[in-house]
Amino acid sequence: MFSDHRLIAFETIVIKEVRRFMRIWTQTMLPPVITISLYFVIFGNLVGSRIGEMGGFRYMEFIVPGLIMMAVIQNSYSNVVSSFFSQKFQRSVEELLVAPIPNYVILSGFIAGGMARGLCVGFIVTLVSLFFAELRIFSPLIMISVVLFTSLVFSLGGFINAVFANNFDDVSIIPTFVLTPLIYLGGVFYSIELLPPFWQLVSRLNPIFYMVNTFRYGILGTSDIDVAWAFAMLVLFAVLLFGACIWLLRRGTGIRS
Amino acid sequence: MTVAISVNNLEKVYASGVVALKGVSLQVQQGDFFALLGPNGAGKSTFIGILSTLVKRSNGRVQIFGRDVDTHVYRTKLDLGVVPQEINFSQFEKVADIVMTQAGYYGLPRKLAAQRTEKYLKQLGLWEKRDVRSRLLSGGMKRRMMIARALVHEPRLLILDEPTAGVDIELRRSMWDFLLEINRAGTTIVLTTHYLEEAEQLCRNIAIIDEGRIIEDTSMKKLLLELDTHAYILDAEADFDRDLRHDEPGLSLHKVDSHSIEAVLSGGRDINSAIAVLDRLGIRIVSMRNKANRLEQLFLSRLRAGENQNEKRDG
Repeated sequence: MFSDHRLIAFETIVIKEVRRFMRIWTQTMLPPVITISLYFVIFGNLVGSRIGEMGGFRYMEFIVPGLIMMAVIQNSYSNVVSSFFSQKFQRSVEELLVAPIPNYVILSGFIAGGMARGLCVGFIVTLVSLFFAELRIFSPLIMISVVLFTSLVFSLGGFINAVFANNFDDVSIIPTFVLTPLIYLGGVFYSIELLPPFWQLVSRLNPIFYMVNTFRYGILGTSDIDVAWAFAMLVLFAVLLFGACIWLLRRGTGIRS
Repeated sequence: MTVAISVNNLEKVYASGVVALKGVSLQVQQGDFFALLGPNGAGKSTFIGILSTLVKRSNGRVQIFGRDVDTHVYRTKLDLGVVPQEINFSQFEKVADIVMTQAGYYGLPRKLAAQRTEKYLKQLGLWEKRDVRSRLLSGGMKRRMMIARALVHEPRLLILDEPTAGVDIELRRSMWDFLLEINRAGTTIVLTTHYLEEAEQLCRNIAIIDEGRIIEDTSMKKLLLELDTHAYILDAEADFDRDLRHDEPGLSLHKVDSHSIEAVLSGGRDINSAIAVLDRLGIRIVSMRNKANRLEQLFLSRLRAGENQNEKRDG
């Protein structure tokens, strides 16, 4: 895919991205781990013990996959949006734009950085979850592939957000007003079987619902939806978003005058 | 001789409607040290932005070392190093990391990137600062770091957009020496600067751009030869109160204050004739200086001529 110098450029971008989020780990790694640990304690342990079972599993076991996925989604997205926007803001993105790097290499580097952070935080949250629930993995292949695709899709989403962002407000609007509601309504804390038929239908329009459920299927072996259909949706989203990002880079939207 | 930069009929209209370049055509020869001068807003940075692909042109053609920047986009970028006017690096990264990263963007293997980083940081006097976060550098150090960053892939063409802005005189002189050295080693350099003395000292050829048009494109020597008038300030040994009238052609003397005289020479007169006249008048000169930089006088006269032409064109 990459020739030698393109591979070096790709590695350079990835190393720079990883170095960035590791350097400010108290802003990038610690807060999500603490927040999700609080979810485990409050919703899983304290409230969950009164709820009983959900979808045939202890409530704590039911919410663990969703919370891991929440960490992956939020961190993949926010890493790319904040990193690329801050490079635009400081104009250091010009270092990349004047260099002989094809757009797909630039994009792949940022996406790999976003995925690295999403997966790192997801892994730490998974380790924390072991204090609260036994982790039985039904299908490692499905679990790993869905988490990789989800991380990819939301890294791409973060990139598009960063391209259009003109100020720091624009960086936080989508995560706050779009991403968080979609995650909370995406079946992280409940099975959509509990909802009336109309709201079940609405829930099925939420792409995060498919990701959470497929990941839950990989761990628990139970899902509200058809897993093959969910994978098809994920691949479609990834392809469309990748194409959109390349188109934006080629046009120079937000980065070339 | 190969042409390093060939630009034909370059036009740029920004989305805001501002017309920054109006059909600029220019050639810079390989190995040249070329000055691109112009007042603020003349179009210099837009011109450089187009060469470095940061600005999309509206019309025209650009070639770097004979290769079209559209059809040979990666090759032409490899040949080019750019030091922009604005600070454009991450303020949170260490000096060596910034230069190393840039080397990586150009595909340099890590070992070679480390060697080049050391080489250029040492040459620019920044090696001791390699582990310092870039935001902690002084203004002059930041400029030098951007030069090191632009050179790390050893481009054949280096474009410097006001590289010595905010740099003290001593450091500016050492940067001049460094730039002359790399130019002698074969790197073509295009320089924009507000310090006209800098352009006069360093550059062999010069273009002046104003309101998006090239109004002068010639050699520095030719341009300076066109200047027929030189003005000096001469300091007398003691205060004087003497009439400065004399009959020497091509020399005009004016009293500046109780011990200083302005001497304006024209028609090939040299400063010795002024000193001889003053000596005859009983005024002994102990020191002297140029009243204004010669290029500065030419620059201003060209801009005034350009303004008149624009008024005629518009009127």
